[in-house]
Amino acid sequence: MNDIFQGLSQAMRLVLAFDPGLVEITLRSLHVTVTATLIASAIGLPLGAWIAVNRFRLRRYAIAVLNALMGLPPVVVGLFVYVILSRAGPLGVLGLLFTPTAMIIAQVIIITPIIASISHQAIRELWADYHDLLISLHASRSQRIGTLIWDGRRALMTAALAGFGRAIGEVGAIMIVGGNIDHATRVLTTAIALETGKGDFALALALGFVLIALAIAVNLALHILSGTERGSRW
Amino acid sequence: MTLKTLLATVSAIWLATTAGAEEMKMAVTTSFANSGLAEILLPQIEKDTGITVELLVVGTGQALKLGAAGDVDAVLVHARAAEEKFIADGNATHRREIMYNDFIVVGPSGDPAGAKAATKATEAFASIAEAKAPFVSRGDDSGTHKAELAIWDAAGVNPEGDWYKAVGQGMGAALNTAAGMNAYIFADRASWLNFGNKGDLALLFEGDPALFNQYAYLPVNPEKHPHVKADAAKALEVWLTSDTAKGLIEGYTIAGQQLFTFNAQPM
Amino acid sequence: MVSPILPLTLDAVELRRGGKRILGPVSLTLDGEGITIVLGPNGSGKTSLLRAMHGLEWINRGHATWNGEADSVRARQAFVFQTPVLMRRSVLDCIAYPLRLDGIDRRRARDRAAELAVSVGLNATLDAPAQVLSGGERQKMALARALIRAPEVLFLDEPCANLDMASTAEIETILARTRDAGTRIVMSTHNIGQARRLADDVIFLHDGRIIESARRDAFFAGPGTLEARAHINGDLIP
Ligand SMILES: Nc1ncnc2c1ncn2[C@@H]1O[C@H](COP(=O)(O)OP(=O)(O)OP(=O)(O)O)[C@@H](O)[C@H]1O
Ligand SMILES: [Mg+2]
Repeated sequence: MNDIFQGLSQAMRLVLAFDPGLVEITLRSLHVTVTATLIASAIGLPLGAWIAVNRFRLRRYAIAVLNALMGLPPVVVGLFVYVILSRAGPLGVLGLLFTPTAMIIAQVIIITPIIASISHQAIRELWADYHDLLISLHASRSQRIGTLIWDGRRALMTAALAGFGRAIGEVGAIMIVGGNIDHATRVLTTAIALETGKGDFALALALGFVLIALAIAVNLALHILSGTERGSRW
Repeated sequence: MTLKTLLATVSAIWLATTAGAEEMKMAVTTSFANSGLAEILLPQIEKDTGITVELLVVGTGQALKLGAAGDVDAVLVHARAAEEKFIADGNATHRREIMYNDFIVVGPSGDPAGAKAATKATEAFASIAEAKAPFVSRGDDSGTHKAELAIWDAAGVNPEGDWYKAVGQGMGAALNTAAGMNAYIFADRASWLNFGNKGDLALLFEGDPALFNQYAYLPVNPEKHPHVKADAAKALEVWLTSDTAKGLIEGYTIAGQQLFTFNAQPM
Repeated sequence: MVSPILPLTLDAVELRRGGKRILGPVSLTLDGEGITIVLGPNGSGKTSLLRAMHGLEWINRGHATWNGEADSVRARQAFVFQTPVLMRRSVLDCIAYPLRLDGIDRRRARDRAAELAVSVGLNATLDAPAQVLSGGERQKMALARALIRAPEVLFLDEPCANLDMASTAEIETILARTRDAGTRIVMSTHNIGQARRLADDVIFLHDGRIIESARRDAFFAGPGTLEARAHINGDLIP
C-alpha cells in the first residue's frame, strides 16, 4: 500500500518536474508505438476489410490464422525477430538489432493481427449492410473497400487503438529485440521491468502510472478529435 | 526543462537517435549494470573518447552469445572459463582484466542456518544445505550463477530439493524473490547495496578470497565479424585501463563502501 | 451516343434457395418505354424478380441478358430497395454517393444531391446522419439517390410502402416525370390504386411464376386468372 502512494507521489514529482529522463523514455515509447500502430494500421485495416469483402477459398483459414496470431506470445515474436535481425541471422547485415526500428518491427508483428481481426469484424457487419447498394451501384473493388473503411472509421479507430494499447504496454518482445539500452532503446515498459528488478518498486510504479496516463491521454485525444468531427458533420 | 529544450529532445528522439558521436554496443552483466558504476563511467568515456557506449544488460551466457553472433562490439563479463572458451572459439582476440568486486551471502537476519559463523564460503554454503534453509539461485547461466555453482561444487554439496529454488532470472528479480521468501541468496555486493527491497534480509557472509569476482573486457574479433567497430572497441579498452578509469572505479562507493578494485595493466 | 442497355431478356430464369424454387422459370423481355408494375401477394417473388433482373441474385437456371456486359450496364440502372440502405453518412452525402463513385467532386455532387432532395420532397435536415430519418424520409432519400445518376432503367421495390398519401402522390408525380424523360421503370407495389395510376404494363406473379402479363387497361379490365382477380379484389374490398 505504502509503495502505491510513494509511486503515485513520485510519479507526480517526475511529471511536474518534466524530468528529462522520464520525458526521454516517454517520447521514445510514443515514437515506437505510434509508428508501429501507424504501420500496423496501414497493413491491418485494409487486410481486415479485404478479408471481409472478398470470398476466396482459404478465407476461413485466413480468419482462423489471424485469430490465432492475435494470441501470439510477445516473447515468441521477440525471439523470432531477434533471430532474424541478429548478425548471425538472415537480415543481420541491416544491423537493426537493438535499435528502435527492431522494436517497431516486433510491435508491428504483434498488433497487426489484432488490428486486422477487429477491423475484419467491424467491416464484415458494415459490408452486410452495404453489400446490395455497393453491388447495385457497380462500385469497383477498391471503391468498396475505401467506402467501408471510411464509413467504418470509428470502429477502425477502435481497432487501431486496441493495437496501440497492446503495443504501448508490451515489454516481452521489445526487451529482447531492443535490449533496453539507456538513451537508445529504453522505453517506459522496459524501464519498469528494470526498476522492478532493482527492487525500486516506487519508481517502477511511478513509471507505471505515467504509462497508464499516457495510454488514457492518447485514447481521449483521439476520441475528442473524432468527436468534434461528429459535432460538425455527423 | 524549458519548452525549447523539450522540443529539442522531442525532435532529437523522433528524428535521429544516431547523430554525431560514434556509438558502440557492449554487452555487460546484470550485476555490473546494477552496481550503478556504468552511470559514472559512460559520461566520462563519452567526454574523453567521443564514443557513446550503449549497454546491453544481460546474463554472462547471453553476453557471450551476443559477442559470438557479432551483435555487440565488446563484452564486459566475469566468468573466466567461459571467457577463455570464447577466445578459443575465435570470438575475441584476447581478454583484458579490468577490475574485481566480490560476492556475498545474504539471508534472513535471524540466520537459521548459522551461515554467519562460517570462516569460508564453502562452510557457509554447507551449513545452508545442512539446515535445508530456503536458498534462491539465479539459475540463469549468468556469471554469478556459475560462481555460485562452483562454490557448491567446492563444498561437496549437490544442491537439490525443495529448499533450493532456481528462479531463472536476473539478480534483481532473484533478490526480490529471496526477500519475498526470506531465503538465502548468493549475490554480488553492488546489486545488494543498490537493492531497494531488502525486507528482512541481511548480509551474512563476506570476505573469502574465493568470492572475488574478476571482470574482464573482451573486444569482439573483427576478423570474424568485419562489421564490428574495432577502433571504438580499442579506444574503449585503452580508456578502461587508464588512470582516469582507475580513479573513477575505485572512487565509486555505495553507502560508504568501495565496490570495485581496479587491477588492469595499463596498455 | 452510347448504345442503350435495353432490351433485357430473361430466358427461363430460375432461382433456387435452400433447395426450394423461389422464382421461375420466368421469361420476359423488357424494352421500349414506360412503367411496368409487378403485382403479387407476399412471398410471390416480386423482390426476387427485380433483383434477378438487376443482377443481384445468382441465377440457377436460364439467363438474364442485357444489351451489354452485365456488370458494367448495372451502373446505368438504379435500384430502390424495399428496405432502404442507410450509409453511415449525412443524408446529403448518402444521396451524393453514386456521383462520388463516378469521380465527381464533393461540392458538385452535394449541390446536385440537394436539388434532388428538394425534388423528392425530402424536407429533413440534410446534414444530419441518415440514421435519424423517418421511415418515409428514408424511402425518399433512397429514391433521390437512385435518381442522381439519371439511370436508363430504374427498379423500385415497393417505394411507397411507408409513405402517407401526400408523399405517395409526390413520388408518383416524380416517377411519371422520370418515365416521360425516357427512363424505363420496373416497380413492385401492393397499392392497386397506384398500379392503376402509373402502370403501362402489369406483370402478375404467383408462387414465383408470371401468371399474367398485360397492358394496364387489359389487365384491370379483366384479369384472366382467379389469383389475379382475387388479389385485386382483395385489395379493393377489405
Ligand atoms: N435466400 C433465400 N433463401 C430461402 N428462401 C428465400 C430466399 N430469398 C427469398 N426467399 C423466399 O422466396 C420467396 C419470394 O420472396 P420475395 O422477397 O421475392 O417475395 P415478395 O414477392 O417480394 O414478397 P413481399 O411482398 O413480402 O415483399 C419468399 O417465400 C421468400 O421466403
Ligand atoms: Mg418484396
